[in-house]
Formats: sequence, structure tokens, C-alpha cells
Amino acid sequence: MKIVIMGCGRVGAQLASLLDADGHNVTILDIDAHSFRRLPPSFGGMALVGDGTNEEMLRKAGVGEADAFVSLTQGDNRNVMAAQIAKHVFNVSKVLCRIYDPLRKDVYDALGLEAVSPTTVFAQLLKDKLLAT
Amino acid sequence: MYIIIVGGGSVGYHLCKALLKEGHEVLVLDKDAARCENFEDDLGSVCVRGDGCEVAILAEAGVSRAEVFIAATDEDEDNLVACQVAKHKFGVPRTIARVNNPENEKIFRKLGVDCPISVTTLILEHIEEKIPTHPLIHLLAMGEEKMEIVEVRILEGSKSVGKLVKDLSLPSDSILALLIRNGQKPQVPTVDTVLEVNDRIIALTTTDSEVALQEELAKD
Repeated sequence: MKIVIMGCGRVGAQLASLLDADGHNVTILDIDAHSFRRLPPSFGGMALVGDGTNEEMLRKAGVGEADAFVSLTQGDNRNVMAAQIAKHVFNVSKVLCRIYDPLRKDVYDALGLEAVSPTTVFAQLLKDKLLAT
Repeated sequence: MYIIIVGGGSVGYHLCKALLKEGHEVLVLDKDAARCENFEDDLGSVCVRGDGCEVAILAEAGVSRAEVFIAATDEDEDNLVACQVAKHKFGVPRTIARVNNPENEKIFRKLGVDCPISVTTLILEHIEEKIPTHPLIHLLAMGEEKMEIVEVRILEGSKSVGKLVKDLSLPSDSILALLIRNGQKPQVPTVDTVLEVNDRIIALTTTDSEVALQEELAKD
């Protein structure tokens, strides 16, 4: 599967190396080349410096031919914008997006954008662990 | 009319001032405390501190009764999200976004912003319109279909001067809709119309054929 990931933070880098190790064709984008230090030396995919909210940059990253797109930058709005471009301009069939703000995530859920809110997921996980006997 | 503006920079500030003067009820949202104070000092209680993309803040600001929602920050992604939340969560009938990167204008429109406005595009259009040597003016873009209405001026020395419309090799997807000639009523050009210097042609064309149309009509 060809997968484009936007944002090479801890989560982005980890996801990229997992998918790469599974034999997928991975391209990871970040506005700061320094972020690519998080990728393991074994990473065989492509790392590109660029802004994923820019349509031209997404085209260069091969989003037009991608089977999946994931946006994982620190900014909710950037993630939402890039994910919507991937979904509605490039018609990528599987688009995932991180939205920290749970209320904003609900809005985009209703609009049909598949999003994950780490805030909700992590809070629930902590609660379960705390209350587990 | 109740109008909400997200972003209290210079665009937001002057918009707010002008809209208040016209008698509208205006509320500005900005994340920055100093900017909010500045509004308070100059224009009264019109600014609330908060992130204009956050559902809770927008609910508090009474966005659901706003008739117009303007996102005027200098970050395109923030303007997009603010407008989408206002429109889809709160049902604001008219959303307007400032577009900083002109390439995002059509993306914003596609993603449901009612009126994306790019300052760069406005300045370019103004230059086209005011500088007479520019033979092609974009009048209206019709988004999805990639069609547009343009005005072409027939300048002195254009190769189309003195020619019959039927003798021109116009692109097949372009139509000459209207001819405006000095001192005459606007007319619909026919195949037997002869083009003259200073004629203005209003044409419907696809964006792909725009250059070919301009070359056939206005090139030396």
C-alpha cells in the first residue's frame, strides 16, 4: 500500500517505521528536516521537507496515487486542512487525521472525516488503568 | 446584523471598525490578550479572548445567531476550520475566509467556505482591470466546471481587427457572448460581425482555452 504521512513527530515517525517494516511504500512529510532524525536508520521510505497543507506539495509527495493519508502534525487545523485536501481534492480512499480537541473532532466526525482524538483515547486509557483492580 | 470576526489583526480591526460604523453588531474573537485590550480601548467591548476554532468559545459567542462569520487570521488552516465549524456546527448562513495563499481559494470553496477572499487575487484583478495594455480581464470564475467569463479588449494592431467573427479560429469551447463598442448599445456578435479597435468582447471560455482565445482576438 502507498501511504503518505504528514508530520514526523514521535507518532508520525513511529507509524512510518512500523508501516515501512511491514513492506508498505511510505512517504513522510515534515516542514523541518530536523524532524527526520526520529526515523530509524533502517527506514526505507521517502522523507520529504514540505508543508502538507499545500496542494502542490501533496502532489509532489504522491498523494494523488496514495492509498492512504494520515495527518499527524501538532496543529489540529493543519491536520484537518491537509486531510480534507487529500480526501476531496486527491480522492484518497483512506484518510485519517489527528484532532486533539474532542469537540472539534466531533464536528469533523459529522462531516465524514475519520479522525482520532488522542485526548479522549488517552484519558479513557488512564481512567481504565487507574480503576483497574 | 450580527457579525462575528475571528482574528483581531489589522484586517479584523478595520473590518470591525467599519462594520460597527454601519450599525452592525460585531464581535471579534482573538487568542491574544494584548490585541483584545487594544479593541477594548479603541472600540469598546467588542472583543472576546479565545480561539475562534473552538466549539465552546463559538457557542459562548452566540455564533448560532450570527448571519455572517468572517475568519480573518493570517493562517489559512485556522480560517478554514473556523468557517467550517461555524457553518456545520452552528449553521451560520454566510462564511467568509481570508485566504493568504491564493492557491487555497478554490480548495476553500470546494470545502464549503461560501466566500474565500485572497488579497493577492484582488490586487491582480485590479491590475488587469486598470492597466489597459492587459487585454484579458477575468470577470467571473465558475468554479467546478472550470468555466469563466472574461473580457477581451481588441487593441490597436491586434490581428483580429477588421476580421469577420466567422474567419477567426476560436477555441471550440469559447463563445463570444457580447460586444461592447464605444457609443453603441451592447450587441451579441454574429458570424458576420467585423471586429474594430477598442471593441470589448465579453466571452465565455474554459480556463484551458483562455490563452488561445486571447491570442486569437488580441495578439499582434
